[in-house]
Amino acid sequence: MPKITAHDLAKKQKEISVAEFFERNKHILGFGNQTRALITSVKEGVDNGLDACEEASILPEIYVEIKNHEDSECKIIIEDNGPGVIKKQIPHIFGRLLYGSRFHAIRQSRGQQGIGISAVVLYGQLTTGKHAMITSKVEEDRPAFITELAIDTNKNRADVISRDTEHWEKPSGTRVQVSIVADFKRGKKYVYDYLQSTSIVNPHAQITYKEPDGTVHIFERTSENLPRKAVEIKPHPYGVELGTLIKMAKYTKARQLNSFLKTEFSSMGDRTTNAAIEKAGLEKNINPKEMTRDQFLALHKAFNKVKIMAPSTDCLSPIGETLIKRSLKHETQEISPEFIITASRPANVYSGNPFQIEVGLVYGGSLPKEEPVKILRFANRVPLLYQQGGCVITSAISSIDWRRYGLTQPSGKGVPTGPAIFLAHVSSTQIPFTSESKEAISDVSEIENEVKLAFRECARKVQQHIHKKVRRVKTREKFDLITRILPEIAKKSAHMLDKPVPSLDPIITKIMDVVWIEDLIEYEKVDREPVQTTLVEEGVEKPKEGVITKSKIIVVNYKRQPQKFNLYALIPQDAVVGTATPKPAKITDNYIKWSLDTIQPANKVDVVFELAGLEKGDFDENDLYVENINPTFVIGADKWEGD
Amino acid sequence: MVKKDYSEVLNKIDHIAEKIYSDFEKINIPYLNLPTRTKANIRFDDKLSVWKYGSNTTERSAKSLDGAYMLLRTMYMADFIKEMIKINKSSTLREMYYISEGWDLAKFHSQNESNLLAEDLEVITSCMREDFKLRPEEDGARVIGNLTIEEMTRNNTKKKIHCQDDVGDAGYSIPYNVEPEKITIKSFDADFIVAIETGGMFDRLVENGFDQSHRAVLVHLKGQPARSTRRFIRRLNHESKLPVLVFTDCDPWSYRIFASIAYGAIKTAHISEYLATPSSQYLGVTPSDIENYDLPTDVLTREDINALKSELTDPRFQDSFWKGEIKLQLKLGKKSEQQALAKYGLDYVTDTYLPEKLSEMGITKR
Repeated sequence: MPKITAHDLAKKQKEISVAEFFERNKHILGFGNQTRALITSVKEGVDNGLDACEEASILPEIYVEIKNHEDSECKIIIEDNGPGVIKKQIPHIFGRLLYGSRFHAIRQSRGQQGIGISAVVLYGQLTTGKHAMITSKVEEDRPAFITELAIDTNKNRADVISRDTEHWEKPSGTRVQVSIVADFKRGKKYVYDYLQSTSIVNPHAQITYKEPDGTVHIFERTSENLPRKAVEIKPHPYGVELGTLIKMAKYTKARQLNSFLKTEFSSMGDRTTNAAIEKAGLEKNINPKEMTRDQFLALHKAFNKVKIMAPSTDCLSPIGETLIKRSLKHETQEISPEFIITASRPANVYSGNPFQIEVGLVYGGSLPKEEPVKILRFANRVPLLYQQGGCVITSAISSIDWRRYGLTQPSGKGVPTGPAIFLAHVSSTQIPFTSESKEAISDVSEIENEVKLAFRECARKVQQHIHKKVRRVKTREKFDLITRILPEIAKKSAHMLDKPVPSLDPIITKIMDVVWIEDLIEYEKVDREPVQTTLVEEGVEKPKEGVITKSKIIVVNYKRQPQKFNLYALIPQDAVVGTATPKPAKITDNYIKWSLDTIQPANKVDVVFELAGLEKGDFDENDLYVENINPTFVIGADKWEGD
Repeated sequence: MVKKDYSEVLNKIDHIAEKIYSDFEKINIPYLNLPTRTKANIRFDDKLSVWKYGSNTTERSAKSLDGAYMLLRTMYMADFIKEMIKINKSSTLREMYYISEGWDLAKFHSQNESNLLAEDLEVITSCMREDFKLRPEEDGARVIGNLTIEEMTRNNTKKKIHCQDDVGDAGYSIPYNVEPEKITIKSFDADFIVAIETGGMFDRLVENGFDQSHRAVLVHLKGQPARSTRRFIRRLNHESKLPVLVFTDCDPWSYRIFASIAYGAIKTAHISEYLATPSSQYLGVTPSDIENYDLPTDVLTREDINALKSELTDPRFQDSFWKGEIKLQLKLGKKSEQQALAKYGLDYVTDTYLPEKLSEMGITKR
């Protein structure tokens, strides 16, 4: 056997292009089979479109069309109304892997690596040999550019095959057309599910979807407001890796270690900076560019020994409870669920990366009772469709004992069974996916814990809701009795004895023996602008026109003694309080407080208030609390536990 | 027909209305108290030798929705009865149930509900259903024997009926009203009364001429006996002093038939002294008979077993005979029917089984 030298080997050693790597490992990016390839392609296109629109502050209108040609070849068309891509950049963005604007930014966005859409183009090229067509328009009165693209897999560069222009109705936007080998028959349901789910967590987006047979689905926009723009932040010391730290020191403009830490990292004030430097045993005025590896190592270790404030959460853009509820309501209309309940957690941090959990729960209606609950998982507003079992959201849900919340769950572990849909949304500057195909979130204990806490809160609300309903039903029965049966009994006994019908009022109070609180909600379309009621005449917000949510709370004293107490009504944070009578004692972002006048037995008081800035149906039930009265006397409100 | 004086009944009914009316006046939540009508609340009355309701009471209060509905229905029914008495009409329980359709909120959801409430009214007023001009749907059962009865017919004439000579093989049919104003027992010439659960066995004894050969009065119970049948047996026993023997299938449900005749039924314990015949004895078929006569059997169902177990805690079955027999049957896991005796031929029951049992019990000499 001839001896093989290092030189011989060197002849075979050469760079592997990323594109070549992809070619062999397409499963990693979600193109593992023909069904997955279809969904991944749609997903990458839609994600890209949504990101582009939001960055340009445009309310997204996404159009998805799939044309199923003969055999298993599909033509996918995805169109957005975003800002478009300038001609020069088109080959880079759509024809190069690992090219993008978001990789280096620390803030929440859908795509990050710049692999997505170019991977779709590459996959199409590999499977069908056809080129991608990119149409883009960047200015209102200019024509749209059409670029026909191929990817040179050796160089990770785009080959522009042809260029053209055409007239396009849209003021601006991008249209991607790719032919890929895919299994539409089997992927059909998933594409629909994916788009529906996307619509749930992107209530500001309008998504139109045309299937090969011409069927058009429209997922309507339910919110006219763009999500809060996520702000870019600097890296947090807790999350930074040693290599990154060294690289940052190399490129910093700061000349001294302490100013380097203060300017290049988030949450580093004077005190924390000094503490970290001291813990690392370093001098604060050394030049970061001249630090040794050991010094970096010491500093890196010191970060974790110092208490550093959590990074600011401006970099996150959660959906918000009101919008989640509205979306769920919109998408589950046909199910006519009994209730929809949401909960959100304050932002938290794992390894220096801020994240926030929002959850929702749809219960009842025509949902199947014998099947495991449906879990809708989302990461940065992108639905996760695969690997449910391997996702931290699923394991968090599975570890909660759902049996006491009316769902079945053998041995109190695992995904429960019952007529419910669970929704969980994780927003983070960096979602810790288990793999590059971004299908499941890995087992990070901080995230698992927050998901658990959020669902527990949700479950508690469910329990409260049910409890309240049961009590109301019971008392409602009593009402029935009072208003219908009792007078009949009195009449009949009087008739038999030939006597006058006795008076009922005192008996009614005696039987009820409660303070009854009932609320009624109406929506009114208005042109007038409601005026914010504040106790101090300042900070008047100007709400937009639209729907006024009118709440009427009826308080009846069916106790035998006069009652005097405080009433609290919770209000959504994004609502603006209009007129309120009687005059509230206090209004905050979260609640309105009334100190009600004494209510005599068998008397009632109407409390009325208006909310603006909400859509019809956003606020469909008052959450009422009472203070200075024994809460067991009260039906329709719970004990006020303080702010 | 003897014109009955209803003024006492009317008084008692008005009394309910007065109770409720005064509750309204005194600002009390209206309620009515009545004895709890369950197995747990029946006590043996030494003086009457029958089982009556004990001291536990149930409150029907307008505090709860169910209670309020009950009160309203009670008022409607009381008013309806008052009306019937006034216009001198009567109705069946079923007719009343249909009439209640027009009672709006007070209407019943099933006839069982209205029947139970009629019984409640009896309990509250200590009147009998007959006082309320309510009569049952089912008629009484049949009688054959050397017995003469005088019945007041609907034409208001008295008619004497001899229960062997004046009737066909089906026997004399017991009317729903067996009170003295309707029937009187004129004469008899017999040694004992046999009350028989099934029609098949009744007909077998008639065909075999058992009433004549053994000087017996045969009464067909038609399953769980109607009130009038039980009342008839009681009157016959009371006036003739003849012993009463109950002959049924061998299963838990048949024992309850015996109990309702001998001790009084749980549902009608308020009028046990009118309906029950404390001296009646159980003739068979007993679980011991299954073994002694080697009778064909069926396996006990789960319901049978539960019923037997429930009887073990029923105060009426607490003597050593019943305890022993029920425990034996649970051990055997089997039940049998009267007509299983036909295993040994059609005449076996009249020639062998009954004579043996009767002499065993000391009714006849061997």
